Amino acid sequence: MSETIEQSIAQTARKHTISLLLENKFGALNRVAGMFSAKGYNLESITVGPTEDASVSRMTIVTKGDDAIIEQIIKQLNKLIDTLKVVDLTYDSFMERELALIKIGTTPENRPEIMQVVEIFQAKIIDISHKTLTVEATGSGQKVDAIIKMLKPFHIKEIARTGRVALKREFVGEV
Amino acid sequence: MTQQTTTPQRQMTGAEIFVRSLIEENVEIVFGYPGGAVIGIYDALHDISDIKHILTRHEQGAVHAAEGYAKASGRPGVALVTSGPGATNTVTGIADAYMDSIPIVVFTGQVALKLIGNDAFQEADIVGITRPITKHSYLVRDVNELATTIKEAFYVATTGRPGPVLVDLPKDVMATKTIFNYPKSVKLRSYQPHVEGNQKQLDKAVALISKAKRPVLYVGGGAILSNAAGELKKFAHKTKIPVTTTLHGLGAFPETDELSLGMLGMHGTWYSNTAVNYCDLLIAVGARFDDRVTGKTDAFAPEAKKIHIDVDPSNISKNVKVDVPIVGDVKKVLQQLLPLVSALDTKDWIQTIKNWKEEHPLRYNNGKYIRMQHVIQKISEMTKGKAVMISDVGQHQMWMAQFYQYIYPRTHLTSGGLGTMGFSLPASVGAAFARKDFPIVSISGDGGIQMNIQELATIREYNVPVKIIILNNGYLGMVRQWQELFWRKRYSHVEMLSPDYVKVAEAYGIPGFRATVTNEVEDVIKQLFATDGPALAEFKVVKEDNVYPMIPAGQTYHEIIDIPNEKSAPIEGEEQTDLEMVTFSKG
Ligand SMILES: Cc1ncc(C[n+]2csc(CCOP(=O)(O)OP(=O)(O)O)c2C)c(N)n1
Ligand SMILES: [Mg+2]
Repeated sequence: MSETIEQSIAQTARKHTISLLLENKFGALNRVAGMFSAKGYNLESITVGPTEDASVSRMTIVTKGDDAIIEQIIKQLNKLIDTLKVVDLTYDSFMERELALIKIGTTPENRPEIMQVVEIFQAKIIDISHKTLTVEATGSGQKVDAIIKMLKPFHIKEIARTGRVALKREFVGEV
Repeated sequence: MTQQTTTPQRQMTGAEIFVRSLIEENVEIVFGYPGGAVIGIYDALHDISDIKHILTRHEQGAVHAAEGYAKASGRPGVALVTSGPGATNTVTGIADAYMDSIPIVVFTGQVALKLIGNDAFQEADIVGITRPITKHSYLVRDVNELATTIKEAFYVATTGRPGPVLVDLPKDVMATKTIFNYPKSVKLRSYQPHVEGNQKQLDKAVALISKAKRPVLYVGGGAILSNAAGELKKFAHKTKIPVTTTLHGLGAFPETDELSLGMLGMHGTWYSNTAVNYCDLLIAVGARFDDRVTGKTDAFAPEAKKIHIDVDPSNISKNVKVDVPIVGDVKKVLQQLLPLVSALDTKDWIQTIKNWKEEHPLRYNNGKYIRMQHVIQKISEMTKGKAVMISDVGQHQMWMAQFYQYIYPRTHLTSGGLGTMGFSLPASVGAAFARKDFPIVSISGDGGIQMNIQELATIREYNVPVKIIILNNGYLGMVRQWQELFWRKRYSHVEMLSPDYVKVAEAYGIPGFRATVTNEVEDVIKQLFATDGPALAEFKVVKEDNVYPMIPAGQTYHEIIDIPNEKSAPIEGEEQTDLEMVTFSKG
């Protein structure tokens, strides 16, 4: 079973960003995460937080699958009693952001070079000591991936990433 | 969000509110087992005459009894158990109800709120344990939410695609007092099941139906769950479309009707599987394309356009891609379709099927020693469809599906999705409280009966009028059959000793009978039915007999193994000359 799912993922899988509104009730996150593991679906990242309405939480899920699997994921999410709304943002234009904190071991020699990378990515230095420097990077998942890649040659000590949050874009004109 | 009634009332404990809420829900019977965490609830139950409490002998039995009650009546079943081991004992029953979409509400005791998470005595995270096997679950953390939660639990369990709902009741919450206000109605903004079919989809379906030359209705448990047997009959008769049912669909359409094909699938009739293989339109009605029905999915009904009516959108295109999905309640959708369809010219198709029925009927060799098929066929002849037949899991279950002629809905109860051995006996207890008009017949193998045999005490104590039948082949027969066919006859741990079931029955105070040869069968069945109240009969049947037709797991219609045509005895010592071929057809 899991083998066939993985095979089909390998064939036509693509990444999907799904936005989910659900009742802010006890155990709601567990139900969603549990459904993914029970059905053997891929779960790349999952974030949850409050919305403008305190009784509602927004979850942003990044997953991977072919069309049939994504269709089932959306149906299964809708099937959860606490689910208010499921939107697959993938086919819309949407904004996504992720935040990463990256702690780097530094020497007086490489510090300027690191700071240059930070500047190029419009990231921020939020902590500094004699031997370390902590960077806050915000942006699309790709941008966060990219800054991490650029900082790899230095000594990355620790990374904390939030996972993706996303909202549908309302702007419809030409950019 | 729930509307509250406004009449102010006196303060009550959570336990009293619990009992009052059940009365508000018109719960007439609770299957349960007490313990420390629910002792307050049991105290509140003590003086209540509106609710009957049945003390089963195991919490698994309580849940299966609630299932049996729900399946036989169409009303939600209720189980009440204590925390920890009481709660964990319900897991199999809850999983069973989840797989078979049975509306039950299971109330579990829980340790006091402040102790949750402390590994307190008899603490188990039952909400966590059952999360993947419940439709929904609740932990009641405030007595003021109790009544609303109970209202919601019954609503969720019984609407849409039904299923088990668990409500966990911490001991201290149940001892806290508040004013009782039972909500009049419930509306959940996050849960609104589809009822009516979409008109566009209905039109597409009607267009497909009007063009069909070789249509088949493939009917599942959803037709029974939504009480759609009447609509289904009208629909089949109006359109002249033959009907095959799944294991759970048995009873949704009378098997005495000439349009009936009996059951399809792994052990379905030869002709139903053949009809599905050659049909050009398959209308799935409350069925979910389960692997025991389809075999290899891409070779299932390969020539057919497919219409799928189901209340659960996640069932659509889950296993088999369909041309026209209709999401909605089966009863409602059939009502919507009925005025839109007209008679098809299926004369030739029905004649072809008739020929298949004559060429490949259900059949077995009757001889000196008892075949399970024979026992079931005799019960069918004697009860004429007017019995609630409750099966266990194994060979006898498949023969019960084949050799009993089902006519009425809710007369065939079985554990189909989970395949839970030990289901029949406790489920029959629940069924007996749900239905007084038909005799209740519980049939188990020698394996399954020993899994919940303790419920004989429940049956005796409450004088539950169950006719208990044990078809004893000395084997875990279905596993033995697979070992014979697919594992080079290496019978690994499937032969099994049984107690003397007649003595067991007597020890429990239940009259017991036994038949060991074929010509005793009828008399024993008659004695069983003539006995007032509960009675048990053991039939010693031939040891090595196989269920056919069979489409081996994951294979296609073309690999079907039909019932052997030659007269052969499945056991040594039986004279070939004794044998007589008995045939049996549905429809
Ligand atoms: C609780 C449980 N354990 C194991 C199985 C696997 N299983 C399926 S059929 C079967 C044999 C049942 O034997 P018996 O009750 O004697 O019925 P028979 O097949 O002989 O009619 C077994 C062990 C099961 N379905 N349920
Ligand atoms: Mg057996």
